[in-house]
Amino acid sequence: MTRVLIPSGALGLNYDQAALERGIVNRPDIIVIDGGSTDSGPAYLGRGVSKYARASTKVEWAGLMTARAKAGVPLVIGTAGTCGADTAVDWMLELTREIAAEQGTPVKIATLKSGQDPEAIAKANLSPLPGAPTVTAEDIAACSNIVALAGAEQVTQALETGADIIICGRATDTAIIAALPLQNGDHAGAAWHGAKIGECGALCATNPQSGVLQVDFDATGFTITPLADGAHATPHTVYAHMLYENSDPFILYEPGGYLDVRDATYTALDDSRVRVEGSAWVPSDAYTVKIEGARVAGYQVVAMALLRDTRYVANAQAWADDIATKARAKVEARLGTTDFHIELRLIGQNASFGPLETKASTPNEIGVTAIVTAPTEARAEEIAKILNPYLLHHPLTQEEEQPTFAFLFSPPEMKRGATYAFTLHHTMTLNNPMDAFRLEVHEHG
Amino acid sequence: MAELRALVQKVRSKNAGPFWLTIDIFCGSAAAYTVVQPRLDTAAVAQVFGKDAATFKRFDIPDLHVIKISLPRPTIQGAIEDRDMHGASWAALVGEMQI
Repeated sequence: MTRVLIPSGALGLNYDQAALERGIVNRPDIIVIDGGSTDSGPAYLGRGVSKYARASTKVEWAGLMTARAKAGVPLVIGTAGTCGADTAVDWMLELTREIAAEQGTPVKIATLKSGQDPEAIAKANLSPLPGAPTVTAEDIAACSNIVALAGAEQVTQALETGADIIICGRATDTAIIAALPLQNGDHAGAAWHGAKIGECGALCATNPQSGVLQVDFDATGFTITPLADGAHATPHTVYAHMLYENSDPFILYEPGGYLDVRDATYTALDDSRVRVEGSAWVPSDAYTVKIEGARVAGYQVVAMALLRDTRYVANAQAWADDIATKARAKVEARLGTTDFHIELRLIGQNASFGPLETKASTPNEIGVTAIVTAPTEARAEEIAKILNPYLLHHPLTQEEEQPTFAFLFSPPEMKRGATYAFTLHHTMTLNNPMDAFRLEVHEHG
Repeated sequence: MAELRALVQKVRSKNAGPFWLTIDIFCGSAAAYTVVQPRLDTAAVAQVFGKDAATFKRFDIPDLHVIKISLPRPTIQGAIEDRDMHGASWAALVGEMQI
């Protein structure tokens, strides 16, 4: 039997303090929180940084460190700093040391790093997953960060160091929760299934933003208990969480095997707790881990103009298409390159779906967002400046008086810096689960 | 013919990782599920995305009154052509389908 306390779906999303304290009173065996996701896009992995404010992360992590000290159990964070890159683990380690010094509590910290050498990965034998992009060895070598997703085995190794706090680089959302129940010999199918249900905290219950969730694992199944006032788990809310951000709601691939929940049963124990049994873990012959990578895909400059004149609003698409054509020709003539990308999106008309939009209506105004992408920031800026007079003055017809449109700022161009691309959706086979990971222990205080 | 969204409780679309999109159609009741499930044609959904239905995965889940459809993401998340980082807007296009 293993009791796992999950404060929320991610560090940085806050948690209900009263519910967390209730969780501590219930004497958990471990406190586990996820720190990352690919859901906010490739820039975080590309840059190796967190999406959340340092101040928010620090306040929430300090609260969890206090709770950990009170409970006397390990505290684990997975995919530290949104992306789990080595720099994000170092950032989290620095925060942890800073808080430990402020709290005056000695702690033993383990870090599990997942970063990979892009040059080595470019030469490695990778298997593409369904939907993987076509990539060359050069694309892989050009990644600014590549991470491998740790499974339960690597998290277990980190737990075995006896550390109070474990900061994991990239790890599967489930592995950080499943590791201790698996180590304790609880039902393997239940360990992975309960981990999947719990990985977003109370998102598997009513009042999903309340965060704090308790999952009890044992020899035959697991029990879900949301801890905030007004939060209730029902068989429906728990089962439905298998749909969440999952392409397949019944089969979940993990390092070393897959979870099959097709025969799982969901039973209400009372009006807030749900019991789940019948899930199966199917081990695989080879031990594979997924890898993720991001590389710079260019530099962007964005400019916006507002169309409010009725005739221009009605003819916005033709106006924008004409500008794009003329601006591209001028850039080619003046900069002598075709290696750039100009796109004008019509916010208020079809910016969400472009040509796939099915609705047509005439709004009062349209926000025209011009997005320039080029191999260097200097070139992107030059191109945006060539585009500028068109966005300001381009007429629908040659005969009419020169029009002027609204710019929001001076200058209207906004530098976005590098834009990143997810480059890898592949797996890599390891002889030993620790082969792609590095475990270190740091004593503090 | 009716708009799908008028027949169901909610249509949700989300990223399922950077390379897949998943659409969950919560019918809300057994009665609504019975109406919607046979009328929602996967090929018609694929047409909304301008894609081939052969690449789509569909799960009809009567216990939850849910139809789940997953597809390779129309553009890879965060690519320069991507219009919606979190993939949430696609639900509107599916919800507005006439079925």
